[in-house]
Amino acid sequence: MTTAPPRPHPWTGSAPPPARGARLAFSARRLRIAAVYGTLLAATTAVFAVSLMVGDYAIALPDVLLALTGEGKRLDVFFVQGVRLPRAWTAVLVGVALGIAGGVFQSLSRNPLGSPDIIGFTGGASTAAVATILVFGGTMTQVSIGAVIGGIATAGLVYLLALKKGVQGYRLILVGIGINALLLAVRDYLMTRADLTEAVAAQVWMIGSLHGRGWGEVIAVAIGVGVLGPAVLALGQRLRLMEMGDDTAHALGVPVQTTQVTALILASALTGAAIAVSGPIGFIALAAPQLARRLARTTGTPIFGAGLMGALLLVTADLVGQRALAPAQLPVGAVTAVIGGSYLIWLLYREWRTGRA
Amino acid sequence: MPETSRLWGENLTLAYDQSVISRDLEVAIPDNSFTVIVGPNACGKSTLLRALSRMLKPSEGAVHLDGRLISSYPSKEVARRLGLLPQSSIAPDGITVADLVARGRYPHQKFLKQWSRADERIINEAMAATGVVDLAARMVDELSGGQRQRVWLAMVLAQQTPLLLLDEPTTYLDIAHQMDVLDLCAQLHGEREYTLVAVLHDLNHACRYATHLIAMKDGRVVAEGEPHRIITEELVEQVFGLPVRVIPDPETGAPLVVPADRRPGSARRGAPNGSAAAAPGIGLGARQTA
Repeated sequence: MTTAPPRPHPWTGSAPPPARGARLAFSARRLRIAAVYGTLLAATTAVFAVSLMVGDYAIALPDVLLALTGEGKRLDVFFVQGVRLPRAWTAVLVGVALGIAGGVFQSLSRNPLGSPDIIGFTGGASTAAVATILVFGGTMTQVSIGAVIGGIATAGLVYLLALKKGVQGYRLILVGIGINALLLAVRDYLMTRADLTEAVAAQVWMIGSLHGRGWGEVIAVAIGVGVLGPAVLALGQRLRLMEMGDDTAHALGVPVQTTQVTALILASALTGAAIAVSGPIGFIALAAPQLARRLARTTGTPIFGAGLMGALLLVTADLVGQRALAPAQLPVGAVTAVIGGSYLIWLLYREWRTGRA
Repeated sequence: MPETSRLWGENLTLAYDQSVISRDLEVAIPDNSFTVIVGPNACGKSTLLRALSRMLKPSEGAVHLDGRLISSYPSKEVARRLGLLPQSSIAPDGITVADLVARGRYPHQKFLKQWSRADERIINEAMAATGVVDLAARMVDELSGGQRQRVWLAMVLAQQTPLLLLDEPTTYLDIAHQMDVLDLCAQLHGEREYTLVAVLHDLNHACRYATHLIAMKDGRVVAEGEPHRIITEELVEQVFGLPVRVIPDPETGAPLVVPADRRPGSARRGAPNGSAAAAPGIGLGARQTA
C-alpha cells in the first residue's frame, strides 16, 4: 500500500485577498445604471416639452413656459394647460404603469415575453369593455371599470390555472395565450352582435388612445401609480431573488408564494389603472423592461428602469401619432403596435440567433 | 434523541399533490454531523431534504428547528439558521460572481440598512473558501459547470448558517470537482463544526464523507448510522436491488461498494482472495494513490 501525501485543498490554500476589483466593478455598474436612468429621464422631459409645443397650433418654448404659469395668451394657456399638459401627463403615467407592470410579469415568468398582453390581461379587459358597451350602453367610466374588472379576473384565472407547485413561468405564458385566444373569440363574437355606433365606440376604445384625456384621467392614473408603484418597487429585491429560481429564493428567506401573489395583484392593478384611462395600449409593457435591461445592462429585470422606459416610449409614441401624419391623428395604440411589433420580431430573431428560443 | 437535535422531523407524510412519497417518517439530523441521504432514484431523498428545509410543507407531521416548528419562523429567520443549496438555480443574465455571492447576505439585511463592512468581509471569506476570489468580477454565465457550482456554494456560505442542506451538490461535475466540493463540505464540518445534510448519488462518496448515513427506499428509512456500521452487501442489495461486494476503501478504510460483475462469462466474482485482489482494478483507488 502506498501512503498518499495529504492532498492540499485546491481552493483554500491561499489567504483571502480583498476582492477590490469586484467592488470597483460593483460601483461602476451602479454608476452606469444611474447614468442610463438619468438619460431616460432627460429624454422623457425633452419629449414631454416638445409635445407641449407642437401641434396644428404651434407654441414656442418661452410661450409654453409662460402658459404653464398661467400667463401669456389665453389660447396658449388653453392649449398648454387644458389640452396638451394633461395628455402628456397621461402618457407619462400610463407609460410608467405599463412599464412597471410589464417588468413584474417578465420577472415572475422569467421570460421576456411575459406581459399583460400575452398573459391574457388585455384580452380580458377588452372583452369586458366591449361587453360593457353592448350591455350597459357604457359611459367612459363604466367601460373603464368593466375593463379593470375583466382584466383582473382574467389574470386571476390564468394564475390559478398555471398554479402547480408554485407558478412556472412558461405555464403562465402558455395558459395566458390560450385564455387570451378564447376571450378574443368571445369579444369578436360580441362585436358582430353590436350595432354600428356601439361597434365604433368599442373599436375606438380597443385600439388605445390618449386623445382628449383631461385632468380627471391624470389624477386617476396618478393615484394608481403613486400607490401601487412604490409597493411594487418595495418588492423589487424579492423579485430579483426569485429570478434565481423559487427554491433558491425560498432558501434565502423570500416568502415566494406570497410575493408572487402580491406582485401579480399589484401589477394587474397597475395595468388596470392604465387601461382604464387609455384603453389597451399594446407592447409598452412588453418592450420597456427589455429595452431598459439591455441599455442599463442590469442583472435581471429592472422594475424602476422599466417604468422610466415605459414613460419615454409612450410619450414619444403619442407625439409620433399626433404629428407623423398630421393633420390626421393616429391613435397611440397603433403607433406602439408598429414599434412593439418590430421590437418583438427583433427580439425573437435575436433569441433564435443565440439559440435560446 | 430527537429533542437534542437542532433539526428533526416527526411523523412526516410527504406528498406532491395527490401522490404520497413518504408516510410516518421519523428523522433526526445529529448535531455537528455530516449526514448523507442515499437511496435509489425516486426513493424520496430529495423530498425529505425539501421537507427539512421547509420547501415542502408536510401533509402530516412536522419539522422542528431549534426547538420550534420550522413553519412558525418568519422566512428570513429560517434562512439565518439553515442554508440550502437546491438542485437547480438560475443565474440571472449578466450577474457577476461577487454580486451573486452577495445575494447570500439577503436574510441578514434590514430594509433600510442594506450593506455593511461585515457583509463585504463575509462575502470575501465565502469566495475564498470556495476558491472563486479570482473569478469575482467575472460573469457567472461565462463559467464552467464546476466553477458555477462553487459560486453557488459560496452564496450559500455567505448566508453563514451553521446548518447546511445540499441537494445533490456534485451532480454534473467531473470526478475531481466532485471531490473538491465534498472536501470543502468535510472541511466545513471538521473545522467550523457545521452540521451538513447532503443528498448524494454516489454511495462511495457517501461512505467516505458521511459521519451519519441515512439509507432510504420507497419513502422509508431502511437504515441509518455510521457508514461502516450499516453498509453491508445485504443492505445495498436490499436498497438498490443490485448485487455488490463491500470492501474496505484502500484510501480511507471506509466501506467501498463495488457492483458485482454481471457480464456473461465473467469469472472474477469467485476470486479466492477477495477484496484485496479487486482493489487495484478500481479507478477511484488508483487515482487517489497516484
